[in-house]
Amino acid sequence: MTAKKSLVISLYFTLAFAIFPLFTVAQEHEEQHSAPQEAEEKFNATEMIMHHIGDSHGWHFFGEGDSSVTLPLPVILYTENGLVSFMSSEFHHDTEGHHVVEKDGMRFVNLHEDIYKLDSGAEAVEFDADHHPVNASKPWDLSITKNVAAMFLTVILMLIFFTSLARHHKKHKHAPKGFNNALETLVLFVRDDIALPQIGEKKYMKFMPFLLTVFFFIWITNLMGLLPGAANVTGNIAVTVSLGLFTLAMIVFNGNKDYWKHTFWMPGIPTFVKPILAIVEGLGIFIKPIALMIRLFANITAGHIIILSLIGLIFILENAGIAGVSVPFALFITVLELLVAFLQAFIFTMLSALFIGMAVEEHEHH
Amino acid sequence: MEYLHIGLAALGAGLAVVGAAIGVGKIGGSAMDAIARQPEAAGKIQTAMIIAAALVEGVALFGVVAALLGVLTVPA
Repeated sequence: MTAKKSLVISLYFTLAFAIFPLFTVAQEHEEQHSAPQEAEEKFNATEMIMHHIGDSHGWHFFGEGDSSVTLPLPVILYTENGLVSFMSSEFHHDTEGHHVVEKDGMRFVNLHEDIYKLDSGAEAVEFDADHHPVNASKPWDLSITKNVAAMFLTVILMLIFFTSLARHHKKHKHAPKGFNNALETLVLFVRDDIALPQIGEKKYMKFMPFLLTVFFFIWITNLMGLLPGAANVTGNIAVTVSLGLFTLAMIVFNGNKDYWKHTFWMPGIPTFVKPILAIVEGLGIFIKPIALMIRLFANITAGHIIILSLIGLIFILENAGIAGVSVPFALFITVLELLVAFLQAFIFTMLSALFIGMAVEEHEHH
Repeated sequence: MEYLHIGLAALGAGLAVVGAAIGVGKIGGSAMDAIARQPEAAGKIQTAMIIAAALVEGVALFGVVAALLGVLTVPA
């Protein structure tokens, strides 16, 4: 009976996962269709792809110009006159620097999703030959952008999921039912297949909160990135840099005496090799998190670019017949991305656990 | 000559992919051999295989990112 029930639940999951990518494809498809009709200019694939994988002020869903559906997000700027904030809708979907927003006696323009502050007295932004603005400067931009909003959404989802799972275990001894059971399976997967073998029985409990948070944050943001109109959070280098820095901090602050000795003065090798190895191992401390960060960023971004390129092919070749080939292929890649979303979360957590395990390992003294 | 940098970047990405394909292929092949010899160790071999494949893939992605930067950098 229970086996049948879990089969039904897993079928629901499969169905849900199979339908999501369809929406993505359908939406990208429509979006591109309307563009060439309204503006009779040549379709620019690079611009379309960069717009889709980049961050932005304001959460754009569909449509063009004033008729588009966009969720306005707060723009928060730190200028020499203190903090300034206004909603991104005040730019009226302008990213070319035409629409000037005046606030607290200062003028701001949105130039390709970078907010510039015009110098005092300037009425409009002026460019030099290389299309760099000459009479404007960038203030510190602390805005809640699309990516930040998407991360908040992930955090809220995680809080809801895991507080309910934790509450269950506070009250009961038995395993939870339904969705909580599915979550518990993944929690146990992280414990038994990632933390325990890599870090060891004695110390793994200390690192479980970090590993679980990283795993579920990456996995949920990856999946949300595949939803139609969603933000490309883990495909943003700034996000993956922060994740890599957390792993670096975990390694550096938890490394024991043996770890540092093995890094900078490796025992059991000829003395003249020791300084050479110290340089290599010292660089290795930084290369490990950098590799983690590039891997996640490049995997997710590459997936998005491939899907967008396949759809863009229809409009580059200006032939609707291409859609018969490229849409099914884009669907295939989107389904593959579901696997990549999980695999990248797994790899990031697994390698973090491996590096932490190396740092806290107790060596036998000879 | 206007699109030379894009062509070179694409060539670079292609070379990176060839290298990664050889690497991941060897890892996968060896893992298959190992699992065939010792099916009871399949779980452990799989984990080690995925880690090694991820390391190879990481290096290839460095190449792809460099190529991407090449494509996106429009010469002035």
